[in-house]
Amino acid sequence: MKIRFLPAIGMLFLVLSPWAQADMTLEVVTQGAQQTPIAVLPFAGDGVGPHDLSAVVAADLKRSGLFDPLDTHGVNPAPADVDTVHWEDWQAQHANFVVVGNVQEDPASHHVKANFRLVEVVTRMAHLNLSFEGTGDQYRMVAHHIADAILENITGYTGMFSSRIAYITQRGAAHSLKVADSDGFNEQTMLNTNEPIMSPKWSPDGQRMAYVTFELNRPMVVVQTLATGTRKVVARYKGSNSAPAWTPDGKHLAVVLTKDGHSQIYRIAVDGSDAPERLLVSGGIDTEPYYSPDGQMLYFTSDRDGGPQIYRIALDDLRGVPERLSFGSTYAVSPRLSRDGKQLAYVQRDGGAFHVMLMDLASKQAQVMTDTTLDESPTFAPNGRYILYSTQVGGRGVLAVVSTDGRIRQKLTTQTGDVYEPVWGPLQ
Amino acid sequence: MKKTLLVLAVTSFLAACSSTPEEKPAPVAAQKTEAPQAVVAPAAPLAKEPVTVSMYPPKGVGGALGQRTIHYAFDKYTVTDEYKPVVDAHGDFLTSHGMAKVVLQGSCDERGSREYNLGLGQRRADSVRKVLLAKGVKDSQVETVSFGKEKPVNPGHNAAAWAENRRTEIVYQGE
Repeated sequence: MKIRFLPAIGMLFLVLSPWAQADMTLEVVTQGAQQTPIAVLPFAGDGVGPHDLSAVVAADLKRSGLFDPLDTHGVNPAPADVDTVHWEDWQAQHANFVVVGNVQEDPASHHVKANFRLVEVVTRMAHLNLSFEGTGDQYRMVAHHIADAILENITGYTGMFSSRIAYITQRGAAHSLKVADSDGFNEQTMLNTNEPIMSPKWSPDGQRMAYVTFELNRPMVVVQTLATGTRKVVARYKGSNSAPAWTPDGKHLAVVLTKDGHSQIYRIAVDGSDAPERLLVSGGIDTEPYYSPDGQMLYFTSDRDGGPQIYRIALDDLRGVPERLSFGSTYAVSPRLSRDGKQLAYVQRDGGAFHVMLMDLASKQAQVMTDTTLDESPTFAPNGRYILYSTQVGGRGVLAVVSTDGRIRQKLTTQTGDVYEPVWGPLQ
Repeated sequence: MKKTLLVLAVTSFLAACSSTPEEKPAPVAAQKTEAPQAVVAPAAPLAKEPVTVSMYPPKGVGGALGQRTIHYAFDKYTVTDEYKPVVDAHGDFLTSHGMAKVVLQGSCDERGSREYNLGLGQRRADSVRKVLLAKGVKDSQVETVSFGKEKPVNPGHNAAAWAENRRTEIVYQGE
């Protein structure tokens, strides 16, 4: 079968000025989380403004809620190496760690190379001595990699900053599918349309995005390649085509089609090589499929027993009886797994409120994670330590983050309009 | 109730307005087995469904036939007794006017998941369709589509807005 590739309409990869502010403002609230005091000193050789790597590193660490980055603005000149650090000052300010670094930028190629050391103040021992490099337009990503290395060394958490998030923004009828770094900077627009967009899902390698668009009046599933903007329609059958979910190998999608009646889950090949294969048969609405990272299980939402609940079924036993996972509410939707497959996030209705829930799949114990009331679309950080979701504050759609221990909360607000359907991509 | 029939010869008018005349959609049976089609890059706004003849009862007049919207309780999709007369009246109109066609557009309120609501909106439209077919309306006269929670009529965030947004709209072709 032949599939034509087309340029995305409204495709616009903005090369943002490095001075551009993030479109979203961020507020971090912590409750009893231990915060490690750390002094991220200005990097020697760092340009002012755009190449302020140390500021990006400090902002990442602060955003995690696990660090208390000390004010280092007065440090001038930036120390060239650990010997010129004023250790007594940082000891007096109770810094546990100091980050010392330097940057070289090739004036011709704008290639950036950053070296840094993470030094424990008391022992003066370097825990890390690493370099990262990238092209000039990736300097923020270089900083995010440094922040990830620091996070991992001090907390044992694996990385999360060097990743991107996708989400949908809406102002009136104007809908956009956008991608940004995990800190909200470098926002790029994948698609602008006056029709709704839903359910963006990163391919496992982070190179492509599957999503649902109403551009041709009824929902269809499209896969768009981020680097080129080319996109192709992968499901446009009679009725609704929605809820794409990538298989771990990135070759197939589970989708929800109504071509044979009501909403049911099918599997299609991303390259269009196979006819849709129906995975499940039920009399109810089956939707929101999600593959476990090992590819063994299919999680989904179904109202087969009345109201919507979360189920899972082994892919090698699709004619078996699915296991119901959600209890305690008449309405549970939107199952998403952490990348280790051990945690399940979903949304549950409690009275009039809709909360993000977190279930430990070993014990099947679930708990309410949020104090917001119209939650949607939970998505795990690459390290499984945070859940990003959308909710409403003051009648506006905003993004929010909660740590899986419940102690750290962030709200990200845009200037105007609504933002929703966030989805956290893989590490870069 | 007096039934008024409006036959509007809008074909040529629409054709004149439309820079990208579209093909008639393939018959349902053919589409079922069809492989995914490459989408036409919507450089020009895509025209709506092709219109040949429009036939619809007058809107906003009194009585069940003047109403176009069926409402539901949260997470429900069956047509309640309150709205049965509305669906019945349109069923009668459609059976007596074989040329008339409707699209049933199912929608939900803003609460809960977008994808589940898309399925629920489809259920709402389908439940109206089922009543119409039971009354003898031809399959070819009725299409369904779900907009989930994506197209609210009331942008508010309260119980009154939610009630308004949980609906199936009966939209006549050409109306």
